[in-house]
Amino acid sequence: MGYNCVVLVKQVPDTKRITGQAMNDDGTVNRAALPAIFNPEDLNALELALKIKDEFGGVVTVVTMGLPNATGVLREGLYRGADQAVLVTDRRCAASDTLATSYILSCAVKKLNPDIVLCGRQAIDGDTAQVGPQLAEKLELPQITYVEDLVSLEETSIKVKRNLGNGWQEVKSPLPAVLTVLDTANEPRVGRAKQMMKCKAAKCRMEIEAIAKEDDCIDVDATCEALDEKGLLIKQWDLDFLEADLQWCGRDGSPTKVHRIQSVVLAAMDTKDVEATQAGVDSMIHELIQDHTIG
Amino acid sequence: MIEVNKQGQVWVFAEQHKGKLEDTSLELLSKGRELADTLNVPLAAVLLGDNVSDLCLQLGHYGADKVILAEHPLLEHYQTSSYSKVIDDLIAKHKPQIVLYGATPAGRDLAPRIASAVKAGLTADCTDLQIGNHEVKKTNTTYENLLLQIRPAFGGNIIATIINYDRWPQMATVREGVMPMPEPDATRKAEVIKETVHLTQTDLAIEILAEHMEAKKVDLKASRVIVAGGAGVGSADNFKKIWDLAHCLGGSPGATRAAVDLGFINHDHQIGQTGTTVRPSLYIAVGISGAIQHQAGMIGSQKIIAINNDPKAPIFDVAHYKIVGDLNDVVPMMIKAIKEKV
Repeated sequence: MGYNCVVLVKQVPDTKRITGQAMNDDGTVNRAALPAIFNPEDLNALELALKIKDEFGGVVTVVTMGLPNATGVLREGLYRGADQAVLVTDRRCAASDTLATSYILSCAVKKLNPDIVLCGRQAIDGDTAQVGPQLAEKLELPQITYVEDLVSLEETSIKVKRNLGNGWQEVKSPLPAVLTVLDTANEPRVGRAKQMMKCKAAKCRMEIEAIAKEDDCIDVDATCEALDEKGLLIKQWDLDFLEADLQWCGRDGSPTKVHRIQSVVLAAMDTKDVEATQAGVDSMIHELIQDHTIG
Repeated sequence: MIEVNKQGQVWVFAEQHKGKLEDTSLELLSKGRELADTLNVPLAAVLLGDNVSDLCLQLGHYGADKVILAEHPLLEHYQTSSYSKVIDDLIAKHKPQIVLYGATPAGRDLAPRIASAVKAGLTADCTDLQIGNHEVKKTNTTYENLLLQIRPAFGGNIIATIINYDRWPQMATVREGVMPMPEPDATRKAEVIKETVHLTQTDLAIEILAEHMEAKKVDLKASRVIVAGGAGVGSADNFKKIWDLAHCLGGSPGATRAAVDLGFINHDHQIGQTGTTVRPSLYIAVGISGAIQHQAGMIGSQKIIAINNDPKAPIFDVAHYKIVGDLNDVVPMMIKAIKEKV
């Protein structure tokens, strides 16, 4: 037996450490100015997949979509115990909202033919929790959100416990299924130092090409092959390889657009004196409505 | 895909569990009412369940013009697959321009599944919704009367306004406790539109084996607005003013340890080192001196208003808005200002 688990992971800016420099003048986020980390709940999803592999056997694949520098999370996935890593990267993925992202990811997941698809409940940069359910719909699979515990696994079904905030539910779903995992589900393991050193060498083709540009001695094909033999070649898939329908990808495939961004990074503590009169209170409430503190 | 249309209704998903409507759905009806009036289209509540038609009356009282009612034994318990199938079909049939869901565990599970199926945009966890125009400079086009979906992003460091102009419906989930609870109007009546539901056992993708739900406790952590009272409020009776202000802001009442010890309110509401730590968008400290133990539990709030008659109260050191005055005067003024939306 054994289960083919695919874990979707995301490299996110560490939103707990944002400073004023993190915002571009046009209101977009300057991701380069922020430390990139493994999205916390995706680590819980990976841990659940690794536990399944430990107990029942099988394969764990980590998949991310992003620029070539997103391979950082894939290397981390590998040293924590994943068997293989896939980077979905293509300029035409740019500006994808959750709907386009879930479509592109669904194309990649289909190639891997999994029994169980796992992802964190939500990513800390957007906190939308939408990609999991949208991916499940695109794959036409059942979705089990807010997974906190694996109860049991049968050949064609899974039983899990879901945490619904003010209660819990135990559910049974046929496989394959898509699970979104909560941070309370487990304590993610730390990779072994030896494994960590080994996986540092893992690269995707684009990264090797970039090195070859600087160094004529490097033969891209031969290097890829050598890495592949050691299990350290990160698979690199583009939209052509995924046979994705471009009308559902990137900007075209994204119904939501940004109308406006306001930065709320607070300046030094400013205390405003408000007169204890109706006029004073009115102007304060007006300000709070204007800046969307209250609706 | 649903084409853009300006006659489409505004819909609110009326979430019910065991025959009881979620507060968020009722709050959403007040916002939905505002949006529908601005657009001059009807506001419809979409109610799914088994034997839930009693709730139509309540939905009317809270502002719905119509209730789209889908009843079926297989809709008794919320499940993603059955609920999304029914709503996908209803959206295809009625072509609403806006669909709103509470950002409850069920709402956040359901809305993205539907968005994917109908290929519509969805914005999560909105804290405000407005109607406005959007200009695309490149093509020199102005899209009028769109749903402006306003939400914090990036760990609360930015406020993003999201729109969708080329595909309908415009959908959003809205945070719990953000919109004020409307006053029910018993004279209002909604027209009930009964829909035929076609579901079979195979539409239930998963099987619910066991469930344990507790009555909703005060969830201070999830509250966007907290109005907290201290010993300075004076009496349990006067503490009602704190409840009133919290209520009209769609927020929760909180308290210092002193106020709890004096019996003004129960311990579930205590904020501070020995109570809950909160980070709301707005924290209103009423009659609170601001002991360091209390500050520890609320210092992460994005905006702090402090009302105290002692100008030297330490709470003012951490406040964005300082009001020196008698809370018995100031709190009613605030309620008035909020109700009139100055």
